[in-house]
Amino acid sequence: MIKMGGRDTDIVLLDENGIRCDGRKINETRKVSITAGVLKNANGSAYIEFGENKILVGVYGPRDVHPKHLSDTDTGILRCRYHMAPFSVGERKNPAPSRREIEISKVIKEALEPAVMLKQFPRTAVDVFMEVLQADGGTRCAALTGASVALADAGIPMRDLVAGCAAGKAADTVILDVNNEEDQAGQADLPIGYMPNLEKITLLQLDGLLTPDEYKKCIEIGIDGCKQVYEIQKKALQDKYFSKGDDD
Amino acid sequence: MGSSKIIDQLKKNQILELLKEGKRIDGRALDEVRELTIDVGVIPKAEGSARVRLGDTEVVAGVKVQPERPFPDTGDKGMLICTAEILPIAHPTAETGPPQPNVVELARVTDRGIRESGMLDMKQLVLEKDKSVIGVFCDNAVTDHDGNLFDACSYASTAAINSCKIPKYEMQDEKPVKIEGEFTEPPLTTLPISVTMAKIGDYIIVDPNFDESSIMDARITITTNSDGNVVALQKGGHDGFTQDDLIKCAEISVRVGSKIREILKQSSSGVN
Repeated sequence: MIKMGGRDTDIVLLDENGIRCDGRKINETRKVSITAGVLKNANGSAYIEFGENKILVGVYGPRDVHPKHLSDTDTGILRCRYHMAPFSVGERKNPAPSRREIEISKVIKEALEPAVMLKQFPRTAVDVFMEVLQADGGTRCAALTGASVALADAGIPMRDLVAGCAAGKAADTVILDVNNEEDQAGQADLPIGYMPNLEKITLLQLDGLLTPDEYKKCIEIGIDGCKQVYEIQKKALQDKYFSKGDDD
Repeated sequence: MGSSKIIDQLKKNQILELLKEGKRIDGRALDEVRELTIDVGVIPKAEGSARVRLGDTEVVAGVKVQPERPFPDTGDKGMLICTAEILPIAHPTAETGPPQPNVVELARVTDRGIRESGMLDMKQLVLEKDKSVIGVFCDNAVTDHDGNLFDACSYASTAAINSCKIPKYEMQDEKPVKIEGEFTEPPLTTLPISVTMAKIGDYIIVDPNFDESSIMDARITITTNSDGNVVALQKGGHDGFTQDDLIKCAEISVRVGSKIREILKQSSSGVN
């Protein structure tokens, strides 16, 4: 068995029946549930549970930009902060933003930008705050998924929602939606952010080794996972805005 | 801000017009990398080093090797850490002070490419399990910035680590002691090479220079190993890629990467 990049573990990542360590099949996502509009003060918000991940997203804006020199006369700007609570992981995490969180904030911002019609709000900022309350692998995809819903909930015009889901490789098999154990002990993790209507991939990273064929397959099933997540995003928005029967 | 944006827009129009004819502003083909020179051994006090020039982008990488106490959960493996910084001499926009998100990303993508490729067999860099391991630190200094720092840092790191010498240590009273003048070869397994591509309009170009980077829609950096497998990847920029784009980019990165790997293997030692 190849051990490239994977840590030694006693966990059986894939049993002889093709069942993963948390009981899923290889092409099955974890249970995803999203609630839109959970915060009182934010202009838009969402709470997402992606398997054991629990993430709260708040959106403020469009609003004045501080510091002022960051404002742009041609367009609104998008600012994103991905942050993990100290109690969200096994060992307490230092609450100060780590380099990992700075990078994830940047890639999520770049994943959302193609979807948000910022040109309609010159000189303003839209702030997206993603707070990871519990982490279990795949937080960037879950945070991105929740952030799209929160932006829509804030009434910000969007070209599409961005849905997130990772593909990867564990026990020499291509799998969908990598959990924490599979990320730690597996061979590759390929998080994807995807706009289902525009058919564009806006977030893509990889660590781990994939052959060209595995790479193609990962992108394929990853996009498929994103499409499933997208349906749940739509439902969250429908539940908030059309649940009382006044679906005008 | 305002005037530079107008220039960007003019530049973008010009670059796009040229791309329609299959040309680039500096005359390169769409999948052509700028002239690449790699000199290794340029810093004799470092255990490994390389100076990379990719067009007018220049990076100096140095490897320092020293014994370290291992992390509690990886006591059976050596340590490998790559960093990158853009020196204030490199560009008028480069700033001192805490690193901006783009510099953090550069450092982390550089590190990921080397680390995830398994370039060094870390199990061979253990002096005494759980007590002392060999740490390999590869620090990249960007000295001149004309775009595509990701690839310049990738080539500099790979060349520096590829050419480094690991000092010999022996354990005395549970402490590692360096044996002067004795070295071993690094436990190399593969040569990771990244290839960065920019998407401008419907076109995908390899090795974007500073002007092309400043007007690109999106970018992707794909690192491949000597076997032509993908080991790391990072998408950036404010637009997305189609599924077909990504397949095409992976193919380009394998093809271009293998050419660059040959240049890297032939890089001369200790010149100048």
